Amino acid sequence: MAPKSCALCRNAKAILRRPKTGQQICKDCFFRVFETEVHNTITEARLFKQGDSVAIGASGGKDSTVLAYVMKTLNERYQYGLNLFLLSIDEGITGYRDDSLETVKRNQQQYDMPLKILSYHELYGWTMDRVVSTIGKKNNCTFCGVFRRQALDRGAATLGVDHIVTGHNADDIAETVLMNIMRGDIARLGRCTAICTQGEDTIRRSKPFKYAYEKEIVMYAYFKKLDYFSTECIYSPDAYRGHARAFLKDLEAARPSAIIDIIHSGEAFEVKDEVRATQKAQQTCIRCGYMSSNDLCKACSLLEGLERGMSTAAITDKGRRKLEAQGPAPDNLRTIPYFHPPNSTITNDSPEQPQVND
Amino acid sequence: MSHLRLKVEFGGGLELLFSNQRKHLVTVPPVVPQGNEGEGPADINFLVHWLKDNLLKERPELFIEGGTVRPGILVLVNDTDWELEGEGDYELKEGDEIVFISTLHGG
Repeated sequence: MAPKSCALCRNAKAILRRPKTGQQICKDCFFRVFETEVHNTITEARLFKQGDSVAIGASGGKDSTVLAYVMKTLNERYQYGLNLFLLSIDEGITGYRDDSLETVKRNQQQYDMPLKILSYHELYGWTMDRVVSTIGKKNNCTFCGVFRRQALDRGAATLGVDHIVTGHNADDIAETVLMNIMRGDIARLGRCTAICTQGEDTIRRSKPFKYAYEKEIVMYAYFKKLDYFSTECIYSPDAYRGHARAFLKDLEAARPSAIIDIIHSGEAFEVKDEVRATQKAQQTCIRCGYMSSNDLCKACSLLEGLERGMSTAAITDKGRRKLEAQGPAPDNLRTIPYFHPPNSTITNDSPEQPQVND
Repeated sequence: MSHLRLKVEFGGGLELLFSNQRKHLVTVPPVVPQGNEGEGPADINFLVHWLKDNLLKERPELFIEGGTVRPGILVLVNDTDWELEGEGDYELKEGDEIVFISTLHGG
């Protein structure tokens, strides 16, 4: 086939077909439109203001590596005036996270940004290696996901940043919309397409790649020769997400706009006031001060189950009843340090919590 | 007709299925059997099967699906998106560089 010329500059040879538009474009135009679209996403949603400190959740994988590179590029090009940090969570997975953290450490040098690593071991007293050796490979992704979310907020609080950005891309968000529909999870469906979320006292969290296709992120990393890590987690991936993902990839193959269409459907979804009224209000965890929809936050419940040798206590009704039958949590239970969000007036009316260090 | 020499590269985690080696030099016949009895020039669809039969070490279902690469794997032909080159029907030429990148790993 004869080489096609770029649909934008009409000059250079096209190297990529954009899944979002079907346009065939050259390498330089691709870099420019990809970066400009992220910039537009950031400015239209007014994600930042001059002088903000922003932590980039960095796993060493493709999305967060490209995010760090693009955030640095845009911050310089458009003078956002942001102080950027890399924030990594070490789940304690030998042969997986230790290798990917090496990539983040190289990114720290390459992008000249300060790096903070917070480990599950430091925060919860458990590595994922130890969680899996205790509970097996069932439900382990639940522990990891809940622990990571809270660890990111706590790491960000330590850094004193205003904002966390994550590398979630359009494909990830479309997958989440599908998963929430299939599970009938109305509460999450209502909020999963929000570009920026903020609980009452937590740090702002947003997704500048909300409209960026995974294909373009990977192509961007490839053509820019960015250094990223790509190995499957050794503790089996989230199977449910895997199904949604495979289904979405099939949809994309049939019609590339499917991904953005699903996001738009999710955005247009409205929860009736009567239904919204039945949803649990956010409160703070009585044990650790983190935001929660119950007395205990999910991480505290999961940790208590682990510590008391009943790992399903926070996962199944049967497990919860078994835990309750054994009475209240013992005084010497290991707990998560009390959470003090940055820039907030702290009214510490929480009960005293004994701290046990291992 | 002499065999075609190709450079094949795997990325994004796909290399794990191919002896954890990213770059490979392979030679394939220029003309291959196609469909019922006929013969035709070797194309990327042929290469995908050839790689599965000759180079892939484990879990073929993560590489091949329904006669072509699994959805979510990006293919580049001489640094151009294969969607601009006819995808699986692209006819291989001497010295071509074919890159396969999985997008399916976490970020």
